[in-house]
Amino acid sequence: MRLELEKRAEHSRTMAVLSPLLALLLTLVSGAIMFALLGQDPVRALYTFFIEPLTASWSLQELVVKAAPLILIAVGLAVCYLSNTWNIGAEGQFTFGAIAGSLLPIMVPGFETPLTLPLMLLMGIAGGMLWGAIPAFLKIRFGANEILTSLMLVYVAQLFLDWLVRGPWRDPEGFNFPESRLFSDAAILQPLADGRMHVGALFALLAVIAMSVILMKTLKGFEVRVLGQAPRAGQFAGFSRNKMVLFAFLLSGGLAGLAGISEVSGSINQLTPVISPGYGFTAIIVAFLGRLNPIGIFIAGFLLALSYLGGEAAQVSLGLSDKTTRVFQGMLLFYVLACDTLILYRIRLTRTFAPSGKEA
Amino acid sequence: MQDHETNPPPGAETRRSGEVLLEARGITKQFGDVRANDDVSLVLRAGEIHALLGENGAGKSTLVKILYGALEPNAGTLHWRGAPVRISSPAEARALGIGMVFQHFSLFEALTVAENIALALPGGTPLRDLAKRIRSVSQDYGLALDPDAIVADLPVGIRQRIEIVRCLLQEPKLIIMDEPTSVLTPQEADQLFLTLERLTAEGCAILYISHRLEEVKRICHHATIMRHGKVVMECDPAQETAGSLARLMVGSAVHDLKRGAQVAESAPRLELRGLSAPPDGPFSVALQDIDLSVKGGEVVAIAGIAGNGQGELFDLLSGERRAQDSGAIVIDGTASGHLGITHRRRQGCGFVPEERLGHGAVPGLRLSENIVLTRHGTGDGLVRGGMLDMGLARRMEQRIKSNFDVRMSHDDPEARALSGGNLQKFVIGRELDRTPGVLVVNQPTWGVDAGAAALIRQELIDLSRQGSAVLVISQDLDEIFEVADRIAVISRGHLSPAEPAVQLTRERIGLLMGGLEEGQGKAHHAA
Amino acid sequence: MGGYESILLTVITAATPLLLAAIGELVVERSGVLNLGVEGMMIVGAVLGFAGAQATGSAYIGALCALGAGMGLALLFGFLTLHLVANQVATGLALTLLGLGLAGMIGEAFVGQPGIRLERLHIPGLSTLPFIGPVLFGQDLLVYLSLALVAGVSFVLFRTRAGLIIRAVGDNHGSAHALGVSVIRVRYLAVLFGGACAGLAGGYLSLAYTPQWVEGMTAGRGWIALALVVFSTWRPLRLLAGAYLFGAVGILQFHAQAHGVAIPSQFLTALPYLATIIVLVMISRNRVLTRINTPACLGQPFVPDR
Repeated sequence: MRLELEKRAEHSRTMAVLSPLLALLLTLVSGAIMFALLGQDPVRALYTFFIEPLTASWSLQELVVKAAPLILIAVGLAVCYLSNTWNIGAEGQFTFGAIAGSLLPIMVPGFETPLTLPLMLLMGIAGGMLWGAIPAFLKIRFGANEILTSLMLVYVAQLFLDWLVRGPWRDPEGFNFPESRLFSDAAILQPLADGRMHVGALFALLAVIAMSVILMKTLKGFEVRVLGQAPRAGQFAGFSRNKMVLFAFLLSGGLAGLAGISEVSGSINQLTPVISPGYGFTAIIVAFLGRLNPIGIFIAGFLLALSYLGGEAAQVSLGLSDKTTRVFQGMLLFYVLACDTLILYRIRLTRTFAPSGKEA
Repeated sequence: MQDHETNPPPGAETRRSGEVLLEARGITKQFGDVRANDDVSLVLRAGEIHALLGENGAGKSTLVKILYGALEPNAGTLHWRGAPVRISSPAEARALGIGMVFQHFSLFEALTVAENIALALPGGTPLRDLAKRIRSVSQDYGLALDPDAIVADLPVGIRQRIEIVRCLLQEPKLIIMDEPTSVLTPQEADQLFLTLERLTAEGCAILYISHRLEEVKRICHHATIMRHGKVVMECDPAQETAGSLARLMVGSAVHDLKRGAQVAESAPRLELRGLSAPPDGPFSVALQDIDLSVKGGEVVAIAGIAGNGQGELFDLLSGERRAQDSGAIVIDGTASGHLGITHRRRQGCGFVPEERLGHGAVPGLRLSENIVLTRHGTGDGLVRGGMLDMGLARRMEQRIKSNFDVRMSHDDPEARALSGGNLQKFVIGRELDRTPGVLVVNQPTWGVDAGAAALIRQELIDLSRQGSAVLVISQDLDEIFEVADRIAVISRGHLSPAEPAVQLTRERIGLLMGGLEEGQGKAHHAA
Repeated sequence: MGGYESILLTVITAATPLLLAAIGELVVERSGVLNLGVEGMMIVGAVLGFAGAQATGSAYIGALCALGAGMGLALLFGFLTLHLVANQVATGLALTLLGLGLAGMIGEAFVGQPGIRLERLHIPGLSTLPFIGPVLFGQDLLVYLSLALVAGVSFVLFRTRAGLIIRAVGDNHGSAHALGVSVIRVRYLAVLFGGACAGLAGGYLSLAYTPQWVEGMTAGRGWIALALVVFSTWRPLRLLAGAYLFGAVGILQFHAQAHGVAIPSQFLTALPYLATIIVLVMISRNRVLTRINTPACLGQPFVPDR
């Protein structure tokens, strides 16, 4: 028996829709098996993981809070991956955006005007862009592999944040805890309802709409797709590969930075050594699960946010490790990539043919 | 093997009487909906050069791959010296005594000549001993090779020698050659024919795949002609005319091109003045002091063997790579060397690169989107305020499709779904649709069936007769003589002065292809 | 033990996991496959190596578990990228994310437990020599293995037919296929070898470098190993030099802190990451060198036609 791929003449639009769903199904089945192996009732565990968090209003709000940064980062990453630019350092851009955006409320706590928040957001975006521009520059100028440089900068940004909150930015009245001072009201993104959900969610919605238009309707979006699929044809069209690398990194870095400052300003209200449960990496999964399409990413963002909540719920009510979440996320990405094969290929299991007789 | 007469009069008998080496019976191979081989049978005899003729897409390559074990047939049997065999891998084919010289070389650029050859031989021979054998065998057959050279540094002609020597070292009884002369100068081809004659005299069988009818008539003893996956005819090529062979291949009369009169002398529309460029990578050719002028109303062709700077020249002409000196490229009187490709298109230029998929078109995008690829900046109204007008793109796609007879199974497919000939008609049609004042085409009919090729060549001539300047870069001398008013030859980055086509012979072009500085000789090959 | 001697010893222990992971990846990339999942295979190797040692009381069995864990994940990667021609970059990332998750989940039970250290082998007569004795002849098995692997890979790649085939597949898989080489099989073997090495590298962390299990203990070493392969321009001996250089950078922070250098520890911790970026820039500037040596098919999908 042999597994054989047969290339389709064109990519299958049906499979493009079905493949993420199939991946999801396979992940759930594998998850059930995993829970059974851990000695849990698979049905109950899956219920706790994926349904229970949807039954309470506070947890629905929490879902939005967690989905917003994932979606913001992932739509930026989608532009990177569509253009064949491999930014995997969004976690670092998120962190540096949070740091840059926090400059004002921490260094100038007395500056409380209606301008405070917009300035913070802009500085957050600028910080993310700056952090994203480094690998882009190194790629364009020296040809350095952006995968490795952008990832290394994640560690650097996290260590920088760690140093800030333990050193110069430590709250003088914070009993020596490694935390910055709390932001003043003028520096906090306002809640959308009576709960944890804040204005940051709207940024995610806006980003999805804007990126949908850019990718589907504009020459820039066309340029992204052409350079990603056939760089030589892109050059023939008069598009610049280098400019695209910079564009993709600035855009995704800026959005990650916005997500970072929104998270700090809207949810945490101060800087702490750890400000993200790995949003920048999980967003990679969101981007692929959403098939690099903003609308798909919007849905996928909620799904992955649910996996965070499910992990917490499973920890509380089943005593499972919250690391289960990461396993689920990893499996999901694996299955998505495997199922994507079906979009371009038909898969067949064939027996080796001995050319001795005629076939019907 | 009793067949040792060296030179029987061709055509004196329909078939040489050598031992039957390989017989294929009823071979059928299906790829998806396409039946690439349909009940194909073939008999190959010792001491015979057997031509396999057919258009692109007729199924020659598929059949050859099956004979060499690289593909498995869906039905049919193979017999080696009368006994049924199953050839399930190239290694098994080699073990039987079947060797293959590939058209698109199966060489490894980063490896040495000796390493390349070692990969096709059974293991166990130390490289040092192999290098000695390579030296002696290659000298013996007049195909001198340096075993320690890295393949990436070698010109195409030499690379083919590696393929041939690699094949000879396996001491094969049957050698399959796929379009061996397509990368050779006429003189190099003559040298190859001598080698082939010697091999058949030694009792070897040769399956010779070609679409060059003159050379098939000259050297082959027997021919099998394929069309649409089927064998349509077996014959003695010496008994046929090139015209009758062509009809058998194509299935209908091949019509001659209508050249029409050249328009009266007009101003040069494309001029190259001392264009030079350093290599832009480790495996690239430097262009040196190229002068050329193409006037409105004429077709100028640049002949040359692959890898002599054609790609580099095309990139500079199109503006994908900019010239160091803006005055080195003049378009309609404007110094344009510093301008990018979009700017040059706005000046009225059209470009068609050699690679259709991946360069001229994006495989995964629809045809309408591929129209945007080259026409987003040419003032056709496809882009307004940064937004795309895909409705207009689809209407343009419809127009090009009907004007240039681009055939497709459904409306507006992805570019990769089109056959080579239809995609080439689309890629050229996309530019002709604007009636460009200057058109630069690299390999206009490479891998395209005869019908499409004739249509494309006619369109190129017609465009020039409307007053445009057409520059054709091609490795196909037949094509060049069909379309060109003047011909220049590129060799290792140097371009010979363009001369009127009627004054040039193939022999002279061959000498120019072999190198300008070396004059008459091909001495550099021996080095 | 003198000061320099102990520094040299720590450099060797810091360099060994990098060297092990990188030499495996070097073979993988030579065959034309880019497996970015080194970090994931390492960390699962680390946790299962630790678990194996705890369960059996033998650090050697632990090392075998680590090796098997790396190969298991590599097999998964191979199936996706070689059989299903999934994007290699994305699949490598997925492998890393999955590995980090799995290791975290499995490792929760082991947090805080004392580990079992791989014993140092004392070669009689030699290991007691002053200075060079403990450095050269008093190391554990995996240190010697890592050095043997460098020599072995170098020999196999450039002196044997198997190595020629690996390089040929990485240079032009289409031609290799046409000559009858089973591209997929060669690549599977290379990927499995890479997985075994990455698993062992992880095992070295939890069995020798710091014999315990700490969440996220690979700390980006898998990624640094990937950068080392680029730095080496795919040549084993340069890889050796690079790994020891990075071992030295990694160890610098401890000694700097021990000597009371007044630099915040975070900056010292960031040194290896910054050094990685600098090294990548320096090697990539030389585009001719990198382009000539980069396996031409690196990361390219391959679907054989039959």
